[in-house]
Amino acid sequence: MAKHLQNELEKLKRKLITLSSVIEESVVKSVRSVGNKDFDLAQEVIDHDHTIDLIEVEVEEECLKILALYQPVAVDLRYVIAVLKINNDLERIGDLAVNIAEQSIYMGKQRNIKIPFDFDSMSQKTLAMLKKALDSLVQFDTSLAHQTCLDDDEVDAINREMYGKVYAGIKKDPNHVECFIRYLSISRHLERIADYATNIAEDVIYMIDGTIVRHKPEIFHHSNSLESME
Amino acid sequence: MSENIIEAKDLRIFYGMNEAVKGVSFKIKKGEVTAVIGPSGCGKSTVLRSFNRMNDFISNIKITGGLSFEGDEIYGPKMDPAVIRRDIGMVFQRPNPFPKSIYKNIVWGPKINGYKHNWDELVEKALRRAALWDEVKDRLHDSALDLSGGQQQRLCIARTIAMSPKVILMDEPCSALDPKATARIEDLIGELKKRYTIVTVTHNMQQAARISDETAFFYEGELIEFGNTNELFTNPKEKRTEDYITGRFG
Repeated sequence: MAKHLQNELEKLKRKLITLSSVIEESVVKSVRSVGNKDFDLAQEVIDHDHTIDLIEVEVEEECLKILALYQPVAVDLRYVIAVLKINNDLERIGDLAVNIAEQSIYMGKQRNIKIPFDFDSMSQKTLAMLKKALDSLVQFDTSLAHQTCLDDDEVDAINREMYGKVYAGIKKDPNHVECFIRYLSISRHLERIADYATNIAEDVIYMIDGTIVRHKPEIFHHSNSLESME
Repeated sequence: MSENIIEAKDLRIFYGMNEAVKGVSFKIKKGEVTAVIGPSGCGKSTVLRSFNRMNDFISNIKITGGLSFEGDEIYGPKMDPAVIRRDIGMVFQRPNPFPKSIYKNIVWGPKINGYKHNWDELVEKALRRAALWDEVKDRLHDSALDLSGGQQQRLCIARTIAMSPKVILMDEPCSALDPKATARIEDLIGELKKRYTIVTVTHNMQQAARISDETAFFYEGELIEFGNTNELFTNPKEKRTEDYITGRFG
């Protein structure tokens, strides 16, 4: 029984890793499609979403099967529950990558305005957060998960600044209102991806430590200040 | 906060030279269901049987440390084993009704203990509390051995209840029963806890998780972890508990 369960959990882990890498690739491509005005790449992200949806359903079915057949407890139970939640978050990240790719296509080649925010920096920070969250999941590493949660504040700050910049941009150059708004959407999508990466990291912490850290930002800031004192 | 009904302090139980229970301390809360889990030979049944001195019948047993029931030492010189067994009843792994009628099975214990009130009332009350009345009310004078295994086990519970115990010990009460009869006993335990404190030993961890408020995990004579069942099965504090309940050893 225990061996069967361990085999099933290993299988689930492999499926989740596959989904994680497909999602990461999708986000990278969507960001690149904006930066390089590469519509083929954007279209590739949109076309690939169906595959992501299929893997998400497979992962969920695996989780339900394990719960029904093996009634896992303790760390195994936490793992299956965390995977169920992370699976959902990953699929949403995939959808956001599609949203970014769609914005990229909508904007077409008329992007002759200066990008009103530090797109590279925001996208790199978001991608780094996503990578850290997924690494924490694969490596069962709570310190990486904690770092991910802390990094979210930076991405949130960039997104907040974006509103002011878009507002000023529209006032100055009203002919490109649509383009500005689409950039604002992209910024918002990146910020949501960072939020989902944070959710994943929080679920990784729950999976490993059994501690629910959601809605308790003080935990991360406290541990961060302790680390800086050392 | 619930008051404690049974308390062990550095309890040690030896079979000859073999120390089966190695200095365990815990408190059983009144009105709760406590499940005792652990691999075979870990000492869980030995501990359970010490609560109502069922171990007295073993010749080479030695018990040290404190073990009290409602504040009185169970192995103290003033304690009458017959009294403690009346207050702390026991249901065994295999249903063991007397080869007599259903009715006589219930009245046997109270009769030898001097009960002189309404026998019919006593039988009905015990059978109702054991969720058996509706099934047997028309054949109370048939042999108890004609009942199914699940019914026989509920009769044994009714027989225990008839003595008005404060605590009911159950040593793997469902291990000889099919899933349906097991579910009935589990439901019954949920009902019984409203009136009695229940301590049950089980090898079925899902059952422990389902029916108990508190769980104790024994391993090689030591009490590894004792706490809230929900916490123990979702986030155990001890690695050995986690390894055992997830099937990694034991």
